[in-house]
Amino acid sequence: MSARRPGTYLLGGVHRFGSVTIFLVQLLIQCVPALGRPRLLMMQIYNAGARSLIIIMLAGLFVGMVLGLQGYDLLRRFGSEQALGIAAALGLLRELAPVITALLFAGRAGTALASEIGLMRATDQLTAMEIMAVDPLRYVAAPRFLGGVIAMPLLTAIFSVIGLYGAQLVGVQMMGVDRGVFWSQTQGAVDLHDVNEGLMKSFVFGIACSLIAVHEGYHAEPTAEGVGLATTRTVVASSVITLLLDYVLTAVFL
Amino acid sequence: MTSTASSQATSAARTGDVVAAVHDLHYDAGGRAIFAGLDLEVRRGRITAIMGPSGTGKTTLLRLITRQVAPARGQVTVFGQDLASLGRSGIYALRRRMGLLFQNGALLTDLDVFENVAFPVREHTDLPEPLVRLLVLTKLQAVGLRGAATLMPGELSGGMARRVALARAIVMDPEILLYDEPFVGLDPISLGFILRLIKHTNQALGITSVVVSHDVQELATIADDSYLISEGRVAAAGTPAQLRASDSAAVRQFMTGSAEGPVPFHYPAPDYAHQLLEADER
Repeated sequence: MSARRPGTYLLGGVHRFGSVTIFLVQLLIQCVPALGRPRLLMMQIYNAGARSLIIIMLAGLFVGMVLGLQGYDLLRRFGSEQALGIAAALGLLRELAPVITALLFAGRAGTALASEIGLMRATDQLTAMEIMAVDPLRYVAAPRFLGGVIAMPLLTAIFSVIGLYGAQLVGVQMMGVDRGVFWSQTQGAVDLHDVNEGLMKSFVFGIACSLIAVHEGYHAEPTAEGVGLATTRTVVASSVITLLLDYVLTAVFL
Repeated sequence: MTSTASSQATSAARTGDVVAAVHDLHYDAGGRAIFAGLDLEVRRGRITAIMGPSGTGKTTLLRLITRQVAPARGQVTVFGQDLASLGRSGIYALRRRMGLLFQNGALLTDLDVFENVAFPVREHTDLPEPLVRLLVLTKLQAVGLRGAATLMPGELSGGMARRVALARAIVMDPEILLYDEPFVGLDPISLGFILRLIKHTNQALGITSVVVSHDVQELATIADDSYLISEGRVAAAGTPAQLRASDSAAVRQFMTGSAEGPVPFHYPAPDYAHQLLEADER
């Protein structure tokens, strides 16, 4: 029994990976007609993006402020507190903003997506569409997936900006780092490649988190317990995949 | 000779009349045989009642006719086409000629009543907005809910939701309409509405109707043909009156809802007195 278990888990994992991949291909095919329905798409960008704004902005501000405090303390030991701007900007743009945005997205928008689609499954709404000869992948899944993919880089950009403002707030206003030095150092050291790295990461995280949420919701057991399970799995799987992909992407970009 | 010819002609006419047919259907779920050799026919322009005790797979039969699931063995034919021979697009093309009324209505919760009824029209046609409005309002008027057009599904009672779902099911003028337990959980007034609507859509719009239910008394008032399903096959078929006059005690028991008959009230159990005494001894 105990010898069989790792094998069973492995098989389950492979099966799951296969089913998610097939689902992604089906979803991408349906994304083409979904792009032709701007109203439906805007609605989903609003749901996934605009409705996550407050939590993203708040988190961005606090993460930036902590970065300002910790960075200042660390850099002061080497007498180079002027480099705070560079440290904060690079840390945020390349690493913290995409990763934390993705984790928050999974908790806020991902769970909402999974539970909404799961409930549609449980209340026969998806079946009703199939009976009306409307493909729920096209009408329900694809616009939500695309909405998430588009919203994530936008949220990440906002997170970076607010985070940098938070770092500046602590470093310049509270700790007394020179404002001109802070911004000029930042401007000089950060180039387009750094911004691109963050945006590319957020785009990949957007695909992964939206795919997991839509897949879990779409394949949820049509019961209250099934919808709950789909929501939990969305957060767990999205978080782990985000961190794993982050390592892979960082290794590729460096 | 003439009698043979005429019987052949009748049979041919009947075959042409058959909108949906199920032949030698076998279906298992969870290791249990739901259907074991089911045969039935749905004829054009008639109301066919499919009755049976709870758990006999009546809803599963609708899922098989709409090809949400595939049978283990046997044939399901709709509009003369074998469902097994059709691909996904073929099934979708066929479904556009069918309507299904779900037990819970299955209305889309993010759209209001009007948009729910307009949904299939918008998805399948490019009709201009005034025409869509006209179509939707006509169907809502037919189910008596034109005034509820702006309500959200969450604001409707069970009976109203089912009427909206009916308006949505008929908005594309299907040729066959399937009703899944349309009378469950309705108050007498709503039940009367739904009964009249089923009869009306059948007679006024000429839609072939299949009603799956265990509410025998209600069904008997509207059904043209009835099938009683038990233990995976058709236990009896005919008009409701014929079923009530059946020789089979089990069929009569179901039709009259009697507690006395071959279908026992008690789940198999050891002797009552013996079990009580046994409990005493402990």
